[in-house]
Amino acid sequence: MDNHTAYIEMVGITKTFGKVIANHDINLQVEKGEIHALLGENGAGKSTLMNMLSGIYTPDSGEIYLEGKKVSFNSPKDSIDAGIGMVHQHFKVIEVMTAAENVLLGQKGGILFKKEEKKKIAEISERYHLQVELDKVVNDMSVGEKQNLEILKVLYRGEKILILDEPTAVLTPQETEKLFQIMRRMKENGCAVLFISHKMNEVMEITDRVTVLRKGTTIKTLNTKETNPQELTELMVGHKMDLSIERVEQERGDLALKVSDLTVVANDGHQKLKNVAFELYFGEILGVAGIAGSGQKELCEAIAGLQEVKSGEIMFKGENLAKLTPRKIIELGIHMSFVPEDRLGMGLVAGMDMVDNLLLKKYQKQKGLFLDKKPAIEQAQKITDELEIVTPGISNYPVKNLSGGNIQKVLLGRELDLSPEVLVTAYPVRGLDINTCHKIYDLLNESKKDMVAVLFINEDLDVLIDLCDRIMVLSNGEVIDVVDAHNITKEEIGLMMLGKRVKGGDSVVSNN
Amino acid sequence: MVIRLFQIIKRSEITTLKKTINMLIAIFLALVTVAIFLAILGYNPLSVYASMLDGAFGSNYRIKQTIVNTIPLVITSLGILIAFKMKFWNIGAEGQILIGGFCGGYFAYNFAYWPKPILLLVMLIAGFIGGGLWGLLAGYLKTRWHASEAITTLMMNYIALKWIVYLQFGPWKDPNAFGYPTMSRFAENAIFPKLFGVHIGWIIALVLVVAVHIFMTRTKKGFEIAVIGESENTGRYAGINIKRTMLLAIFLSGALCGLSGIIQASAVNNILSSTLANGLGYTAIITTWLAHLNAPLTLVVCFLFAVLTQGGSFIQTAMGIPSSVATVLQAMILFFVLGSELFNNYKIVRKNKQQKEVK
Repeated sequence: MDNHTAYIEMVGITKTFGKVIANHDINLQVEKGEIHALLGENGAGKSTLMNMLSGIYTPDSGEIYLEGKKVSFNSPKDSIDAGIGMVHQHFKVIEVMTAAENVLLGQKGGILFKKEEKKKIAEISERYHLQVELDKVVNDMSVGEKQNLEILKVLYRGEKILILDEPTAVLTPQETEKLFQIMRRMKENGCAVLFISHKMNEVMEITDRVTVLRKGTTIKTLNTKETNPQELTELMVGHKMDLSIERVEQERGDLALKVSDLTVVANDGHQKLKNVAFELYFGEILGVAGIAGSGQKELCEAIAGLQEVKSGEIMFKGENLAKLTPRKIIELGIHMSFVPEDRLGMGLVAGMDMVDNLLLKKYQKQKGLFLDKKPAIEQAQKITDELEIVTPGISNYPVKNLSGGNIQKVLLGRELDLSPEVLVTAYPVRGLDINTCHKIYDLLNESKKDMVAVLFINEDLDVLIDLCDRIMVLSNGEVIDVVDAHNITKEEIGLMMLGKRVKGGDSVVSNN
Repeated sequence: MVIRLFQIIKRSEITTLKKTINMLIAIFLALVTVAIFLAILGYNPLSVYASMLDGAFGSNYRIKQTIVNTIPLVITSLGILIAFKMKFWNIGAEGQILIGGFCGGYFAYNFAYWPKPILLLVMLIAGFIGGGLWGLLAGYLKTRWHASEAITTLMMNYIALKWIVYLQFGPWKDPNAFGYPTMSRFAENAIFPKLFGVHIGWIIALVLVVAVHIFMTRTKKGFEIAVIGESENTGRYAGINIKRTMLLAIFLSGALCGLSGIIQASAVNNILSSTLANGLGYTAIITTWLAHLNAPLTLVVCFLFAVLTQGGSFIQTAMGIPSSVATVLQAMILFFVLGSELFNNYKIVRKNKQQKEVK
């Protein structure tokens, strides 16, 4: 320590929320000019730690040093003044303003008539190869552009430390590659980049060192070159773990769902789905890939009867679902679970306990006026045991107080327990730890073996390729292609997600 | 640079006991605050409080009066409870009470010759349906055009009020009142009988407390109402017919308020007048909220509020202190209890370490 001072040093950081210890005695050292990954499962304390470095939280105990000097952040402003910038998962930009205005916002002198400042922004943008059109309104930007803008904001303020909180979760493989180039450039310019992620391959590709967190404590800091995904996973999870995803190979069954010419128009007149057509068979998992907001939600909701359909048909056993009420569709055995970004927006009643939430899909089949809670209580106990849900109690404990992973287990557990014939599941593993992810993949495989027709919408292309039989790619509400998951690459899907049809049509599965 | 000595920290869990203690402390602080207010006005707060209690419980008659005050408050609160559970902010109880009184009153004035049991039953049903339909108007506007019910129900209070005023000054004016703008008194046949010295509204109120409690916690419809209140989207997702369930709940909400209106008009006032509701519909919002939308608790809270109201009117006559003291106290209690709920979710701790300067 005497002859070497780390750029950032966090020592003995502890932070608790109520009874939950989010960070316990965490130590972290980051050097100038390095890309440092924070790796850990959900709830390991990565975001909490970074929020303390960026001044959003204050630690209960422990110290933060910058270049050897002790600092104490009471607000994000203190942290920004000290040269630390953070890009959050959810972008903090003003949608109706231009890129340049967003950058200048909150800076001395305001946002008006700033020719020189604009020049400076353009310069920085140029230097780091950030692709941001300064006069473009944020509203019209793609996710990748918005992210670049966030980074530009940080750089403009002259920050030397950049924290990226799961930046690649919303990007296509191509956009991710561009982001990595920007990160490398920052590194060359002597910045320190903290990269939060749980995607192993990205950590391996871009970072110099990795600090693994588990359950709120620092496990180890390693040089990326001297480690491998297997070792990192073990450190992260705490035990040995098979990372491969098994695909059940079996003959698919009969046609379950035939969607043809499905068009959905949103209230604002935007076409959300354009002449979508595909077929889903019993006993197969059909994956759906696409950039966020390409029509996945509308597709799910149309099948579940929640979305008004402008034209087209969704045929199931001779009935057109587009003309039925949600209740009728549920009775037909079609179940949908959609895990939105906030995890609670749909499907679960946040303020109710687990029993009531399970009751939600059961009570309508009960006879008479009164509720019978018994079956739901039994089911709650069963699901709790089977899926290892951690909860202080199945009754009188609102599900919103459970951790994200447990909430999702309740949701998916309920849908699977209804023994559906068609299961539509969107983002079921969103933000879950590796263990639980694999449990859920297993559940989907089980369903497939039971000849359930599964429509599986997911962000992680690796998983889609490993788990699904076929993959349908959506771009801007259109089906670009339905491809065989056995012989397609991530890059090809990435291109299709951007709306480009991949040549060599032999990968296309005939659709009749 | 600001040095914060205190920090607000989220609490993990809180026991019911602690919640109750929090609430009691809040009520106590409200009493203290109003005591200071009274002292500034030159009264001895303790003797004011004592005579309020005396006014509410001091004699048989006063106790009965307190119970009579409790009845409409309970029934109205139950009505509001159903709507609030669905997060439909029905602040139109005032108008629904009036319309309930009007619809029941129509039969009281025009069919006084009917056999008493039949007439009373018809009056109850008419009050129930009338209040329900009045509420349903706002419900329709909400489900059809997403009109904010906070505005529509509130505005419809004034329509209802003016309608009764119109009747009172016009078509329903009592010709025998020497030109005084009042309606005539209900015939004996149209007045609810008493049981144990208090009109039978108390039985209706008790039955309704149990019925609403069972409805909200044990029936499918009650469950659906609670689900919609938490998240309309989830309700849709679970296949609930949102519109129908919403309209039903709003109807029931208005209907109970209407019921309370006709009972009050017949049993207590013996007349229909524009002062029938007299702020009851607003006070009931407070009691419903303080009772945490729980039917049995509503009974308790409404009784306590009736004690305050009864005590308030007593000090007005006995000590010459405006009865609005009671209203001030009620409002104060609401403020403090709502404020105390912060401490159910958060606690304030002193920072143990001195903050150091940045850089």
